Amino acid sequence: MIQLHAVSHHFGERPVLEGLELTLTERRIAVVGGNGSGKSTFARLLNGLLVPERGQVLVEGLDTRKDARAIRRKVGFVFQNPDNQIVLPTVEEDIAFGLKNLKLPLADISARVTAILRRYGLEDFRHHPAHLLSGGQKQLLALSSVLVMEPRYVVFDEPTTLLDLRNKRRLAQAIHDMPQTAIVVSHDLDLLRDFDRVLVFDEGRVILDDVPSVALDAYVRRMA
Amino acid sequence: MSLGLYVHRDSPVHAVPAGAKMLGLLVAGTGLLLFPSLPVVSSALGATLGLYALARLRPREVVPVLRLSAFVLVPLFVLHALLSGWVPALEAVLRLAVLLLLATLVSLTTRASDMLDALERALRPLARFGLNPARLGLLLSLTLRFIPLLATWLREIQEAQRVRGLDRDPFAVLVPLLVKTLRTADTLADAIDARCFDPEDPS
Repeated sequence: MIQLHAVSHHFGERPVLEGLELTLTERRIAVVGGNGSGKSTFARLLNGLLVPERGQVLVEGLDTRKDARAIRRKVGFVFQNPDNQIVLPTVEEDIAFGLKNLKLPLADISARVTAILRRYGLEDFRHHPAHLLSGGQKQLLALSSVLVMEPRYVVFDEPTTLLDLRNKRRLAQAIHDMPQTAIVVSHDLDLLRDFDRVLVFDEGRVILDDVPSVALDAYVRRMA
Repeated sequence: MSLGLYVHRDSPVHAVPAGAKMLGLLVAGTGLLLFPSLPVVSSALGATLGLYALARLRPREVVPVLRLSAFVLVPLFVLHALLSGWVPALEAVLRLAVLLLLATLVSLTTRASDMLDALERALRPLARFGLNPARLGLLLSLTLRFIPLLATWLREIQEAQRVRGLDRDPFAVLVPLLVKTLRTADTLADAIDARCFDPEDPS
């Protein structure tokens, strides 16, 4: 469970989040809203990449202000552009990066890397330079690099923005099949139709919190 | 453009630990400097070619990497031969060629991350003087990862500026490249944090 209590945040003079009060327990949670509505800032609060100016974010009782390192083991983060999050030169090395940071034994690292490569059809690219992968393969690599660390929650910040239709479908399927809780910030409403809960953001506040059939339709009408 | 020279094979040369290969390269370099005679250098060349055969690398994987070396070795041989005769020229060029071949062999048969891990271990004693080997290792890894990406961005920006007729203006290309690089650096720092990298951990 992730809880936000009275969370507010500003960038300079501009308020980006105002008085958020949320408890996230569902398995699939969507976050939508216009540009600048605060949804990406909200996503960064969930694993302690950003600490709120006021209020508290708790992940299974741990406070992001005090326990950021422990929280990052529980909450993975997939960024919009995979090129900005692939750290090491080859596919295998990049997937192993997080596991090495967790100080796992080499045999465990190798076994986990093999399993995740197989799960996402990347076995043939194990020793491939990461920058030579296609856009869809890079996003799957980014997802693999996060999931291999076995977090309980995965936050996605607009993961399908740079993908073509086929790769969007592959990523949607991957999110659907994940055992973890997924919190997905996206403008791609088709991706979010079968989610359990939708939060609609506007000017730093949650203006609607409901199931997709209600919240997404209301959001579309609002943006028309 | 690719800086990823590593070519995966199941071979005895690939199986040798990165630290041992790098140490071997250092020993070979020192040995060739101390004993530069033609018989020693010729034997070293033979042994190096034997290691290539043992590494099961195909010529098409090796030749492109070595082709660049020819641009240095051929003029060097000609110049050396003119100045001091063909035997010293042959010794000098063969010595350099053996070192280049050995360094290339290490690059082709060792993952970048394994080399960086070995380098981190070697630098660990320097942690007491304030050097952080983990940070240095990550810095070198990021350099290897991002040089090809920078080349791609440069090409994209040049294409975008060509449409505007600005491709010959260096500022019109370099300023957007710098801005994009700095923005990416911010996100990348978040991505490294999100994957539990501990900058204070010297191991």
